[in-house]
Amino acid sequence: MAKPIPAPGGALFANWRQNIIYIGFVTIFLVFALTLNDKGFLNPNNLLNIVRQTAMIAVMAIAMTFVLSAGEIDLSVGAVAGLATVTVAMAINVAGPFGGVCAGIATGLAVGMFNGWLTTRVGIPSFLTTLAMMGIAKGVAMWISDTAAVPILSPGYSWVFGGGSVGPIPVLLFWIAALGGVGHIVLRRSGFGRRVLATGGGETAARYSGIDTANIKLKVLVFSSCAAALAGMLYAGRLQSGRFQLGEGDELSVIAAAVLGGTSLFGGKGTVIGTIVGAMMIGLINNGLILFGLEFSQQLIARGGIIILAVALSQKR
Amino acid sequence: MVGISKSFGGVRALDNVDLEVLTGEVHALLGGNGAGKSTILKVLNGVHIPDEGTVEVAGQRLAAPTPEAARAAGVAMNFQEMSLIPTLTVAQNVFLTREARDARGLIDDEDSIRRAAAIFSMLEVEVNPRALVGDLSAGQKQLTEIAKAISQDARVLILDEPSTALAVSDVERLFVFLRKLTAKGVAIIYVSHRMDEIARIADRATILRDGRHVITAPIADLPIDTMIEHIVGKRSKGLADVARGGSARGEALLELKGVTGPHKPDNISFTLHRGEVLGLAGLLGSGRSALARVIAGIEPAVSGEIRIKGKPVQIRRPADAIAQGVALVPEARATQGIIPAHSVAENMVMAVLGRITKRGLVDRPRATAITDSMIQRLSVKTASRDHAVSTLSGGNQQKVVIGKWLATDPDILILDEPTTGIDIGSKSEIIRLVRDLASAGKGVLVIASELSELLTACDRILIMADGRAHQMLDRSDLDDPDETNPDHALQAAERRLQIEIQKALTAKEAIHG
Repeated sequence: MAKPIPAPGGALFANWRQNIIYIGFVTIFLVFALTLNDKGFLNPNNLLNIVRQTAMIAVMAIAMTFVLSAGEIDLSVGAVAGLATVTVAMAINVAGPFGGVCAGIATGLAVGMFNGWLTTRVGIPSFLTTLAMMGIAKGVAMWISDTAAVPILSPGYSWVFGGGSVGPIPVLLFWIAALGGVGHIVLRRSGFGRRVLATGGGETAARYSGIDTANIKLKVLVFSSCAAALAGMLYAGRLQSGRFQLGEGDELSVIAAAVLGGTSLFGGKGTVIGTIVGAMMIGLINNGLILFGLEFSQQLIARGGIIILAVALSQKR
Repeated sequence: MVGISKSFGGVRALDNVDLEVLTGEVHALLGGNGAGKSTILKVLNGVHIPDEGTVEVAGQRLAAPTPEAARAAGVAMNFQEMSLIPTLTVAQNVFLTREARDARGLIDDEDSIRRAAAIFSMLEVEVNPRALVGDLSAGQKQLTEIAKAISQDARVLILDEPSTALAVSDVERLFVFLRKLTAKGVAIIYVSHRMDEIARIADRATILRDGRHVITAPIADLPIDTMIEHIVGKRSKGLADVARGGSARGEALLELKGVTGPHKPDNISFTLHRGEVLGLAGLLGSGRSALARVIAGIEPAVSGEIRIKGKPVQIRRPADAIAQGVALVPEARATQGIIPAHSVAENMVMAVLGRITKRGLVDRPRATAITDSMIQRLSVKTASRDHAVSTLSGGNQQKVVIGKWLATDPDILILDEPTTGIDIGSKSEIIRLVRDLASAGKGVLVIASELSELLTACDRILIMADGRAHQMLDRSDLDDPDETNPDHALQAAERRLQIEIQKALTAKEAIHG
């Protein structure tokens, strides 16, 4: 093996395909900064808005990084987030903010255990398990809320979960930083993270090495549903209500964020930092396209094109 | 086939080999592992393009060296590595890409089913043409493979190890059927390691060794002893016989009593001692790897008792085996041994993650220390510990797998075909390592199809056939006391071991050693 020759510009560019997400993020940011300056792109308020709008995607995408790294997928995250907004709002009205938080966590645990049990014990591929769960979670949310929005009348809850800010910094940013930091260390440095990557990288070799791969898969699916429930709690806090439509369709942005960030859809390779940058990049693109004055239809097309380009550039030849 | 040569990289797999098969004969093709049997069959079949030489079928030179041209010329072959699609039915597989069409140009499945059924009834075997291939037993799959080859109305039919998964009665029927085919003028090339079969079915045999043609002769002139002598030959690549017996045999480490697995093995009993290397000899399908998987907890035993250091243990999962100090270096390196895209370091510590984790986090200095010490101890050639294992050569990948398992500090190490696909230098290193481990007080179980390796590495050899233990041999019993030249001694021992393996196939009763 010839050693890679360090290119001028350092390690970031030497492995530019691997680091395309960071290069892409900076490039897009600079392009928007130059072209959209007069429209207030660089205004701190606008930048913090991007963070607020992408926080829930980022939270779910951090957990999705583990799911994809273990060679599984979770399509139910958007619907579970929606379900959690409803269960949290209803529980707060009955049992106060603490009851609401408990209800949110319980929703995530219950859905995650069910997904994990079906996938690892019954043996249904997670693609199908979670596709079915997507419908079930949405149906339950519509049913128990009677398809109506459930208001949340707890300023304290709303402040902690998504609405508040410390000085100019939104609380949501702290959530991303905390979860991102923990997620990064767990995936990179913990025994659990290594087992997740081994399970997705080569399940047979992992099993022969004494790793309980079924248990790992169950855990990442529980982790993912709990993160989805937390995202739902953040939606509910930010919008001071629970409704089943919240989070609808988020699963695609979540998977796109993780893949853009450099996590493999086929398992064995994942990065939490990349995922967060991937989520921010999606938010950045959305924001910029709106400021450009594109119509929603045009935004969809442009966003799809940029994602395809980024992923195509990151492919190994 | 005249003057066929073929090289892969720097290795000459075939060197000016001639092979002539006559109409209406069963021609056996024999040779040890790596003798070039598969390569010459793939040349005939159009899969490999020969560097030199020509192929003629019925006097016609093969137009182009492609599988299509070979098939058009009437060459058909069954594949050892099952070329069937599990989600299609037997009939759909047999006639894949050659399906009959009905009047509207659509595929006529009923016709395929009728024709497949006709082939199976000719063979007098029970295989349902409507069954999905994925639901079949190994033997039925093999019959489907054979039916697929036969259905092509071939002039030259190649059968590569057709009998490995077949019951004795099915083999008989296959032979009767082959006789019918030869009577119709079909030429059959029959590859097998079972010499008793060859002696019964073949008319002539060609023996290859190290990519060269050794002899072609009528089977009547080749008694089994002579065949084995030609196959083993005077080895030029010689594995140096390392010193054995330096290690004293200690306490009993691993005791098996009547251990039976889900399919194989069947009622195995033996004892492995500290400081001992025990070899498992036998042909493909003899249950050696299955036995290894049972001991390592991958396919837990269904009955029987396993004792480790005198204590009965329950091994239900790989983690149980690791906890008991058992490590398995598995046969399929790429899937069972390593995660190719992950780094050397990540692979090395995969089996000891639990032990090097402190408060949930991997102790990185320790992981690095383990990796570096293994790289040094096994002299793994890698650009760095952070390079992906896929960038290493086969021999070095195997060392990573061995290092991964040595890191668990096992008492009992099982090596399943540890030298497949690696160069001769690494082979000798691995065999020396096995001896060193035994001297260091470990018990080692080795599975190897290359007999010279087994003989070099082992103190005792258990011969297995059809999932059962047949005979336990002391390595020294295979030596000829009058032979002083070490090279010749190894070959003589190899011949004796071959003969015992062949005997085991025909033995009516298995004994338990």
